[in-house]
Amino acid sequence: MTDTPLNTPADLPIKVTARKVTVSYSGKQALHDVSIDIPDRSVTAFIGPSGCGKSTFLRCLNRMNDTIDGAVVGGSLTIDGQEINDKTIDPVVLRASVGMVFQKPNPFPKSIYDNVAYGPRIHGLALTRPELDEIVENALRKAGLWDEVSDRLTHPGTGLSGGQQQRLVIARAIAVNPEVILMDEPCSALDPIATARIEELIDELRENYCIIIVTHSMQQAARVSQHTAFFHMGHLVEYGSTEDIFTNPRDTRTQDYITGRFG
Amino acid sequence: MALSRTAHIVTAYGEELDQLSDDLARMGGLVETQLEKSISAVVRRDASIKADIKAREVQVNALQVDIEKRVLRLFALRQPLATDLRMTISALKIATDLERIGDLAKNIAYRAGDLAGYAPMALTQQVERLGAIVIKQLSEVLDALSSADVEPAVRVWHSDDEVDERYNTLVREMLMSMTEDSGLVGPGVHILFVAKNLERIGDHATNIAEAVHFMVTASPLVEDGPH
Repeated sequence: MTDTPLNTPADLPIKVTARKVTVSYSGKQALHDVSIDIPDRSVTAFIGPSGCGKSTFLRCLNRMNDTIDGAVVGGSLTIDGQEINDKTIDPVVLRASVGMVFQKPNPFPKSIYDNVAYGPRIHGLALTRPELDEIVENALRKAGLWDEVSDRLTHPGTGLSGGQQQRLVIARAIAVNPEVILMDEPCSALDPIATARIEELIDELRENYCIIIVTHSMQQAARVSQHTAFFHMGHLVEYGSTEDIFTNPRDTRTQDYITGRFG
Repeated sequence: MALSRTAHIVTAYGEELDQLSDDLARMGGLVETQLEKSISAVVRRDASIKADIKAREVQVNALQVDIEKRVLRLFALRQPLATDLRMTISALKIATDLERIGDLAKNIAYRAGDLAGYAPMALTQQVERLGAIVIKQLSEVLDALSSADVEPAVRVWHSDDEVDERYNTLVREMLMSMTEDSGLVGPGVHILFVAKNLERIGDHATNIAEAVHFMVTASPLVEDGPH
């Protein structure tokens, strides 16, 4: 593969730029020369069979691979032109601007309020209590959870339903003013109604954020994203507008995968 | 309609798509025969064809209903994508055009019965020639469909100009004949209707060509043609 990214969306400013990104775990290569330009203020879906490298690549974007022993990341990866693997970048600060939502909702064993206030507190985003209250309310509103929890902010976050917990986690990510939000199968543990709420939320959030979602549900990728990247065996095979990928994929591997022709 | 050489992981899904293709092929075959028989009946001024054509029309209509059900079911239960999506949506459109062609062929057969009461007309030969072109169009476009081949579809699409030209010439000449000999008005009107129906069938064959083109290439045919 060349280092020129495939089929870059032309109409939006580029937020994330990857050039020849490689990842290996204890010498075994998991990602081969991924080059891609991901636009801002839109949703980009990563799809592909298990072990194709989509989550590995997602984890590169907030340096989650740093935490894995034997993981070696190569190539260039920039957000707003800033190389994120640079030694001067503090991963903790990076992870505030690149928020992540996981498969299973993982609220802290704290109150709803403290879950959201946690990030702003450690990053010193609020000087006074009213300021912090405002940040918490705003984040919960943006996550579409405020009306459901405003009268019980002191209750434990873990007492919420699965869908509410996932929205709480999204509120927690939003509270520290991220640039990019990564979502690794955010709805796989949720029922269809809770899934629809998260998808609606993703659609609202894309006005302000660069959202990248890994999903095993082709229908979900089709519903929520504007751009789709298909990974296979550690390679980025095809990248384009979601409409094109799902109606007219160019590569036989993409075609076979999305129509259910290989496992 | 083999758009992909790889089989589906879910066998039943693959089978449902195959059944849709089979239904469409059968419907195409029935309509093709209907059209051939109708034109031949017009040429022979044969009223006896009516019942046979009517029976075929019932089969064609039943197949269309069946295809619509299959498509609805595929969308609801399988959510087809990419080539499967294009094939499913094209099948729905093609079935509609085939049903219309069947209907027009039936009209032609009925006109054959009406013509039986008149003496043969010289202009019938031109209808026969127009019919031969339209039969060829239909047959080619059905081949394009079954082999998922764009080339014959594009050929059919371009041949519609010839059908229109021949139809216009026929109408002109028929009007002249009827002006000269008012005794020709009776059978002439029937011939004109037959010609009009053939011209419409040509349009439906063109629609099918467009659907096949989209099914195979994912792009509309209208853009790279002269129309």
